[in-house]
Amino acid sequence: MGSITLFKKMVFAGGLALSGAAWAATPSAVMLANTCAACHGTGGSSMAQIPSLAGAPAEYFVDTMKAFKSGERKATVMDRVAKGYSDEEIALMGDYFAQQKLTPMKQGFDKAKASQGQRLHDKFCEKCHEDGGRKPDQGGVLAGQSMTYLTFTMADFLDGQRTMDKDMKKKVDEMLKSHDKSSVDALIHFYGSQQ
Amino acid sequence: MISRRNFIKLSGGAVAVGTLAGCAGGMSRGGAGGKVVVVGGGPGGATAAKYLRMADPSIEVTLIEANPKYYTCFMSNEVLGGDRDLDSITFGYDGLRRHGVRVVHDMVTQIDPATRKIMTKRGATFSYDRAIVSPGIDFKWGAIEGHSAELAESTIPHAWKAGPQTVALHKQLLDMKNGGTVVIATPAGAFRCPPGPYERASLIAQYLKRHKPKSKVIIMDSGDKFAKQGLFMAGWKKHYGYGTSNSIIEWVSGSQGGKIEGVDGKAMTVQGAVDKIKADVINVIPPQKAGKIAFDAGLTDGDWCPVNKKTFESKIHAGIHVLGDASNSAGMPKSGYSANVQAKVCAMAVADLLAGREPGFPSYMNTCYSVVAEDHGISVSIVYTFDEAKNEIVAVKGAGGVTPSDASAEALRREAHYAHGWFANITNDIFG
Ligand SMILES: Cc1cc2nc3c(=O)[nH]c(=O)nc-3n(C[C@H](O)[C@H](O)[C@H](O)COP(=O)(O)OP(=O)(O)OC[C@H]3O[C@@H](n4cnc5c(N)ncnc54)[C@H](O)[C@@H]3O)c2cc1C
Repeated sequence: MGSITLFKKMVFAGGLALSGAAWAATPSAVMLANTCAACHGTGGSSMAQIPSLAGAPAEYFVDTMKAFKSGERKATVMDRVAKGYSDEEIALMGDYFAQQKLTPMKQGFDKAKASQGQRLHDKFCEKCHEDGGRKPDQGGVLAGQSMTYLTFTMADFLDGQRTMDKDMKKKVDEMLKSHDKSSVDALIHFYGSQQ
Repeated sequence: MISRRNFIKLSGGAVAVGTLAGCAGGMSRGGAGGKVVVVGGGPGGATAAKYLRMADPSIEVTLIEANPKYYTCFMSNEVLGGDRDLDSITFGYDGLRRHGVRVVHDMVTQIDPATRKIMTKRGATFSYDRAIVSPGIDFKWGAIEGHSAELAESTIPHAWKAGPQTVALHKQLLDMKNGGTVVIATPAGAFRCPPGPYERASLIAQYLKRHKPKSKVIIMDSGDKFAKQGLFMAGWKKHYGYGTSNSIIEWVSGSQGGKIEGVDGKAMTVQGAVDKIKADVINVIPPQKAGKIAFDAGLTDGDWCPVNKKTFESKIHAGIHVLGDASNSAGMPKSGYSANVQAKVCAMAVADLLAGREPGFPSYMNTCYSVVAEDHGISVSIVYTFDEAKNEIVAVKGAGGVTPSDASAEALRREAHYAHGWFANITNDIFG
């Protein structure tokens, strides 16, 4: 077999770094990612309550899937789903979704809350959730996500169902000390307004 | 090791690596061209047509669909219960046209695998290099005495293909007196959407609870157990008094005489193995088989179409792929999600085959949400892989399953939200 043909075969099988039978049985990144679209939207851009995956850093995707897999992060459905994929497959999907351009969700929001949210974001969140929550270095994409989903997520963080990392906890505590709970809602309206 | 960048260089740029490809769902792997005709524009056919164009825009794709509008069965139970209208489950084909799919509204009457030609009712002929057939289901009339296609169109709708019958059944519920009885009879054998009858019972019960609380729904079941049974029953207890003498829902299992033998549209009765039940609204869901064209084209073995599960190519006629409800993909339930995922596996395989490449290793999954009540959703979710030696789609061990029985009210509320999110995203993935 010519080397180019072999390369192509490996590329189609999706397993670049694997060898022998293992790569033959690994679906390509597109093949894997296509199975997510019914819930998470075509190419990982959701139009509704389920989070978008497009544009999330690969590392965040991988960490999240692993946390679902181990049960460390609670979920309604994804804990059951994540267990169905190998670490290699998760890495392939992570790379794939990181390359996709997010189409922000079209949704209604409150303008006054959104502009209050923008000020709060700039002060407390921008450092890690850069570019208005559009281009995170760590963490998922916040701008253009479903506000319903963000509401669920923040509720989980605030009642301890999901653990905040140290930096986030510090900032959220700081924000809640100087502002009341409606500040969380304002942030959500800001991210929802980013269309 | 050779870097990914070098891989692309080495393969002359004609091949884009999946992980680096920018386009959603597919990748241009060098235009092979070729003609594909897709028969049926439901979740299976419409998704296949769109994803083929996404995988390789040099392929000419024609979709032949009998109807100008498609009504999704998914969420049609919410139409029955009055929580949404038919418009919200109605989709057209302009989205597919925007992807460069040629959409033809006509009925396919013949497929000739020898000459690779497809004939339609209006007398048109289409030639293909590969055909994809996703005609959904047909009903086995005659299995239940007295039931017929005509009766279903008039007094005893099945509403198992969404559309006018969904509206008719909803109207019957609206017209029913408080204190009336609704009977839902489930089919024997493999049928589309295994949890569907029980979601239907739930959402009809919700309508009755709100508007006609003295009424009830009796499920006449052909079997003794059903999909997500424990979760449904827990939901029925919580919302509809299940297990008490005032329950809005009654479930009669097959061994208790639930399997119905006959139906009388004039007397409005169903004949079970034990009792004859008089009802005000009767919804008999007939037993099912692959859509008619699958039989006419000789693609069936028994009730369904045997296929190679890696490519969905027919085991009977080369060059014709069959997927969705009509295929015999026993490992997966007959669902919209299954049809959508199978269509993508098939589209990628067809693009590969047209270009003379070995199809890639498949991946499939299915999540079926059911709405038990407003703010109460449940689900089953399974990741599947391909067992090449057995040509079977098999569940990945240690993964998948149903909503846990101890899920909190908040988790169930979120699942109801996610059910609606799924609906918005899958319909856009199919038709958008
Ligand atoms: C009440 C109910 C609830 C459901 N809920 C869910 C759910 O929540 N989730 C889920 O995933 N699934 C659900 N389903 C199942 C889902 O609707 C089906 O599995 C799905 O529609 C199968 O898609 P398909 O493409 O195989 O067939 P279909 O959807 O039946 O599409 C077939 C298409 O082919 C066309 N056609 C057939 N023959 C010809 C011909 N000869 N020429 C031209 N056109 C032709 C038909 O007009 C039709 O448009 C539900 C089903 C029911 C009944």
